[in-house]
Amino acid sequence: MYRYDSYDQSIVDARVEEFRDQVQRRLAGALTEDQFKPLRLMNGLYLQLHAYMLRVAIPYGTLSARQLRKLGEIAAKYDKGYGHFTTRQNLQYNWIKLADAPEILAELASVEMHAIQTSGNCIRNISSDQYAGVSADEVADPRPWAELLRQWSSFHPEFTYLPRKFKIAVIASDDDRAAMRLHDIGLKLVARDGLIGAEVYAGGGMGRTPMVAPLIRDFVPEEEIVSYLEACLRVYNRYGRRDNKYKARIKILVHELGVEEYKRQVEEEFAQMRDLGLNPPTEELDRIRAFFAAPDYETGLPEEIDRSDPAFALWVDRQVAAHKAPGYAIVNISLKPLTGIPGDASAEQMALVADLAERYSLNEIRVTHAQNLVLPHVRKADLHAIWQQLEEAGLAEANLDLITDIIACPGLDYCALANARSIPLAQKIAQRFADNERQAELGELKLKISGCINACGHHHAGHIGILGVDRKGVENFQLLLGGSGAEDASLGQITGPGFSEDGVVDAIEKVTDIYLAQRAQGERFLDTYRRIGMKPFKEAIYG
Amino acid sequence: MKILTGNDLVTGDVIWWAGDGWSRQVGDSVDVGEQGDDLARTEEAALRVVGAYVIDATLTDEGVRPAHIKDRIRALGPTVRPDLNLKPNDADAGNWVI
Amino acid sequence: MVEFLSFRDGEAAQEPAVTVESFTGQSNSTAVRIEAGEDARELLPHLDRLSLVEVNFPAFGDGRGYSAARILREAGYQGELRAVGDVLVDQIVAMRRCGFDSFHPSKALDDAAVERALTRYADVYQKSVDGRAPVWAKRHPEKIHG
Repeated sequence: MYRYDSYDQSIVDARVEEFRDQVQRRLAGALTEDQFKPLRLMNGLYLQLHAYMLRVAIPYGTLSARQLRKLGEIAAKYDKGYGHFTTRQNLQYNWIKLADAPEILAELASVEMHAIQTSGNCIRNISSDQYAGVSADEVADPRPWAELLRQWSSFHPEFTYLPRKFKIAVIASDDDRAAMRLHDIGLKLVARDGLIGAEVYAGGGMGRTPMVAPLIRDFVPEEEIVSYLEACLRVYNRYGRRDNKYKARIKILVHELGVEEYKRQVEEEFAQMRDLGLNPPTEELDRIRAFFAAPDYETGLPEEIDRSDPAFALWVDRQVAAHKAPGYAIVNISLKPLTGIPGDASAEQMALVADLAERYSLNEIRVTHAQNLVLPHVRKADLHAIWQQLEEAGLAEANLDLITDIIACPGLDYCALANARSIPLAQKIAQRFADNERQAELGELKLKISGCINACGHHHAGHIGILGVDRKGVENFQLLLGGSGAEDASLGQITGPGFSEDGVVDAIEKVTDIYLAQRAQGERFLDTYRRIGMKPFKEAIYG
Repeated sequence: MKILTGNDLVTGDVIWWAGDGWSRQVGDSVDVGEQGDDLARTEEAALRVVGAYVIDATLTDEGVRPAHIKDRIRALGPTVRPDLNLKPNDADAGNWVI
Repeated sequence: MVEFLSFRDGEAAQEPAVTVESFTGQSNSTAVRIEAGEDARELLPHLDRLSLVEVNFPAFGDGRGYSAARILREAGYQGELRAVGDVLVDQIVAMRRCGFDSFHPSKALDDAAVERALTRYADVYQKSVDGRAPVWAKRHPEKIHG
């Protein structure tokens, strides 16, 4: 994992002191809320429905045991004993006191973490593949590039007041586990003639105008990625719309200009910028890459797993993924217990997972955009011991990528922007489909719920998506089918008129019945939908 | 009736204007009539509240009821964490927001 | 409090700035004002006769002026580059990094706060047009200097 050097540490420490000063000025009345708001947002501090909310950056979703333990300690000491993992691999605390915020940032800085640029119209936390470095199919570990971009984007002088927020994802596999093409810019590392570079996708996103990002360049050599991104961002900063915040994301610019014209402008800018010396030398990428070098895996480890306990065997089948090193496995920890809150983890659970990572996973944890956790380097021989401890802590749900592994935004229970509650609906759906055999029968089925059109719950990208709306003061839910955030990215289509909370659960059941009745051999729900189209589902729901 | 709500500047707690100060309980809200915006400005300047705004509410048998579900959830707390809301001993408290 | 802030040697340019349109037309003016949304590159053929470019920030959140400034400096403009309009103390550092060397905000700035802001961060992550060595250059001095 990356470790700060004295430069990184001094920049983050300076930020803590700057924010301490700003908070003091606010509490003393020297700053009005209008003046303070943009400053607190640059540190991820929102005023939410019930209280201040602090969003902490988890760069490219990678945490050390020490960092996760600290996140748990902060939850216990300054919050109400829990935190919420988000669809951008970050962590949110829901009950922060303004006066405590500087001290929390200081605690984060003590473990090389921060909340810089987790809000505001700037380049946000860089997201990545939770299996980075451990999956066999990647061309390289994408995290060194993500870290390079974390540093490049931090306090970027030109791109801190963009037309709107800006999200970047970096992946390096054909399997897209990071919803890369639903980002403002997505980078997919590829190898060409023995050299590493990036395919660049621009103009994706969700929100009220969802778009799948088109490819704008099929190869940027790795040593020029920074200057190429500068060009992409400069065109956006200059020409992105500022007259209407709902049309200000880069996807609208790319759409209005047309992909070819946006590409042309970027290339023109890139031609001006590539010789300005903006790119760090390859030695810097090498320096960062060394932190992500594969650990010294033990050799000669057993491959067999004792499957005599059926509950354990079920969990292994569902939650454990293939690791590139023999004798090792990747463990997915579900944060979707059937009656719980998707993505929430208590302080005790965070401490436990930190302990497990320390003992069994070479100190590492990953956060997924689907709001689960991952132990990336686990000896197969340790799986049973891990499972037992997870089970005691309520973390052994076996539902990865099944219908109850629901992505849900905080919704109207926590969020000032929301129109409807996402979490109670997620709980109702999870309970309706709780039966293990039924879930397994339905197979991979990604269900995603957003409580408003901003789409933090990725409803456009759900095989089944749900959008909460406000219908004359009453919560109402629209149903979407056919979205995907993976390598086969697509946007869901609305089935028709919306439903009450119970009504949408019934509608989902009808939709899954149609799938079971009509699927061909080996088809996932999404495949069947793509083959037979909306009509049969619509007839079943509204017929 | 019109009532005034906002968040405590320092703690972030949801608070309601109770006539002589702020209360955590929506039931303590008083009708601010046409005075809400002036009160909000004064109280914000005095650093006692942030993000204050006036909402419609009705006086029911169960007390003051904000007109919109969003403010009812603000008044109670998250419906999915009854242990953390303002009526932790009332299992049906969540129904009040609907 | 300060109404005008300059980091240049010598006196600030006094000539009133004209619009980009009149400058690129017939004008023999040496001072021009760029509004947000205007293309700084239109000035590039005339950089040698310019002594002042004002870049207006209609609202602090409108960041187009940062790009305008950097484009001018990248093209070699050496004259005064002045940020005017809704310029706040917490933005001075980024503006300095984009090449602004004077400031005429619509509301006066607290000079002590400006001083604190300018000295707060000892290091920067990016190469820009202000000559500051980014952290990556300091980490690899052999690569950069020799």
